[in-house]
Amino acid sequence: MDNGKIRTEEMLLNMGPQHPSTHGVFRVVIRTDGEMVLESESHIGYLHRCFEKCAEGNSYIQVVPYTDRMDYLCAMANNLGYAETVEKLMGLKVPERAQYIRVIVTELNRIASHLMAFGTYGLDLGAVTPFLYAFRDRERVLKVFEKICGQRLNYSYIRVGGVTFDVTPEILDDIKAFCAYFDPRIIDEYDRLLTYNGIFISRTANVGVLPADLAISHGVTGPSLRGSGVKRDLRKDEPFAIYDRFEFDVPVGSGEMGTLGDCWDRYMVRIREMRQSVRIIRQALKDIPDGLFCDKKAFRGVKPPKGEVYHKIEGARGEVGFYLVSDGTTKPYRCKARGPSFCNISVLDALVANQNCMVADLVAIIGSLDIVMGEVDR
Amino acid sequence: MNLLLQANGTLNTLAREWNLVRTAADGSKTTLDQGGIFLEAVVRDALSAFVLSEWLITGAALLVVCGLVFGFINLFALWAVWAERKVSAHMQCRLGPMEVGPHGLLQTIADGIKLTVKEDIIPRLADRPLFILAPVIVFTGILMRFVPLPFGEHVIASDMDVGLFFIAAVGSVEVLGVIMAGWASNNKWSLFGTIRTATQMVSYEIPIGLAFIAVVVSSGSLSLVEIVELQGGEQSVSGTSGLEQAAGWFWHWHMFRNPFLLVLAVSYLIASLAECKRAPFDLPEAESELVSGFHTEYSGIRFALFFLAEYAAMYLVSAVAVVLFFGGWWTGIYPIDAIGGVLGVLLKLTVFVGKALFLVFIQMWVRWTLPRVRLDQMMHICWKVLLPLSLVALAGSCLWELATGGATFFGLGIAVDR
Repeated sequence: MDNGKIRTEEMLLNMGPQHPSTHGVFRVVIRTDGEMVLESESHIGYLHRCFEKCAEGNSYIQVVPYTDRMDYLCAMANNLGYAETVEKLMGLKVPERAQYIRVIVTELNRIASHLMAFGTYGLDLGAVTPFLYAFRDRERVLKVFEKICGQRLNYSYIRVGGVTFDVTPEILDDIKAFCAYFDPRIIDEYDRLLTYNGIFISRTANVGVLPADLAISHGVTGPSLRGSGVKRDLRKDEPFAIYDRFEFDVPVGSGEMGTLGDCWDRYMVRIREMRQSVRIIRQALKDIPDGLFCDKKAFRGVKPPKGEVYHKIEGARGEVGFYLVSDGTTKPYRCKARGPSFCNISVLDALVANQNCMVADLVAIIGSLDIVMGEVDR
Repeated sequence: MNLLLQANGTLNTLAREWNLVRTAADGSKTTLDQGGIFLEAVVRDALSAFVLSEWLITGAALLVVCGLVFGFINLFALWAVWAERKVSAHMQCRLGPMEVGPHGLLQTIADGIKLTVKEDIIPRLADRPLFILAPVIVFTGILMRFVPLPFGEHVIASDMDVGLFFIAAVGSVEVLGVIMAGWASNNKWSLFGTIRTATQMVSYEIPIGLAFIAVVVSSGSLSLVEIVELQGGEQSVSGTSGLEQAAGWFWHWHMFRNPFLLVLAVSYLIASLAECKRAPFDLPEAESELVSGFHTEYSGIRFALFFLAEYAAMYLVSAVAVVLFFGGWWTGIYPIDAIGGVLGVLLKLTVFVGKALFLVFIQMWVRWTLPRVRLDQMMHICWKVLLPLSLVALAGSCLWELATGGATFFGLGIAVDR
């Protein structure tokens, strides 16, 4: 004790890889001054499974299950991204009915994924009940998926040339019933329970402000980018599948409760996107034609011509892209995946360093970026 | 009603024969209070049949009282953990525990057994003596606060003159235990939790203290029993049956005594959530941030002690709120409150514990609804909202007492029909 001053020092805190709110095995080393986080350093790679190398050793069709396990909360979007990339490489035309089914299941999966984001975000901020509400409703989506393809998480449903199984009228009724149940009653319930809760707003508004230019420079995509007010949605901007046939809005953050691009904005974009997804599903259900659900020939084997292609789609977390190089054999010569979570999480350190962030805020920021570690590490 | 009174009369006769109702010949009510807990009298009387020294009798009576309080805490914790799980489950569209016993009633017992037989782990780098001592101190701090706390009329371990002061003072011991736990664990998360706990509990003692002071100013007593009795209206005990003991209506409750006390009651309820580390002020444990806060490194029976202390604290702050603001054991309905004797005692016991349990339920309700506040927001709520509010309300309440001469808000100009 010199001059009656208490000596204080900074503390290096290792958050993760085993921590309740790092959403998987994610490790952040933070330098703290009391409760303030001065600096953070992200460490990833705990879940690395060599997806890209594995893809080189398997045939085009066998790669599909690997894509499931990237973003396991939105596996349909990964399937779709991969399948469309291969189709682009082959110049394959997918039957009309399969296109509709693809849109329906992808949007359903987007809802399930956003529900998970909503629920775990509440959990990160100490509200347990929204999590279980979200799971209650996610369960309905998963039941539908189980009926469609027998799987609840890793579907491998969308394949090169179409989808694995046809959907029965009964399943379509189930989806219709889910839409009627979910929107607007259930989403309004979420708004009452969490979105407009005073404590929730005070915890998320003006926290983790992500300016648009910082987001773009780090390659942030998806709801996290749109939360910063950038109207960028591949479904609208570079329509893939048959998204150009549907009417829907792209919700963006507006700084309603605080600053543009804060955690609340990112959160709210997801809530609003769920409504838009329901809108798309309703239109697709109305228009779905009869006919083939797959290209039988493509199912028997895929052998694209020599060439390379990059194709990207809008997953629940942002841009899911696949770059494929074909040497004319049945196996991809090179497969590169662009995972949205990987790019989104890269902005974390910059986000923390720029503002007066507390330990509790760090948790809120990680949650609002909505990462899936399976995809970050691949 | 007649039948009820008749039955009560019979019970009273029986009770007198068993020497349960110990009313002095002159009927002064102080005698009843000094009798302490009902069962202490029973034990004393039973033991005095043998020729034993007064020391032994007192010792045995004390043991029984301690055992009762301890037993109550344990029973309450068993029930409360189950209730918390059930309340949360039903709020979250789940069933909660259903397997062990009917509707999972025995689940907590199963969990308790599991915790007691678990391996006792003390981290190698932990400060051993402090690590072992910490949960004991936390639990003792809570247990001691039960001493001056009534459970009903005449059901109290010890009616201290300075009961309220004692509760406030001993409450600080708990902070010490928590700091010890966090420091001794030698874990950074525990340290975070500890610092948060210390900040939070020390801060929130102030609004709580102000609420205490306002009640003391209004009631003119630090004894919890007297504070409750005052809320029953004017007392006039005469005769030996206790039936004539007058009781007032609910507007004698401090909550309704003046508008300022109502503000203080709300302020106390909020502060008490923070005091017993419940959501939205569960920062010390903040599962999603600090893993488990100060008890991250604790497991088995030591963890169970922390757990027990938390639930005991939940009941305690609720019971204190009932004593201070919500009319203690009075139902607030004159004819019912006028019932005396054994039936009256049982009724008041039920009413008091019932009110406290309702407040515990509200704590659970809040916990499973709200997100957690941040540290700076927690401090903001305490120092910039609750503290000024309590200070103004305290001043207002004092002025009210001066101006009206101790009249109640609803009782102003209303003659209570007796």
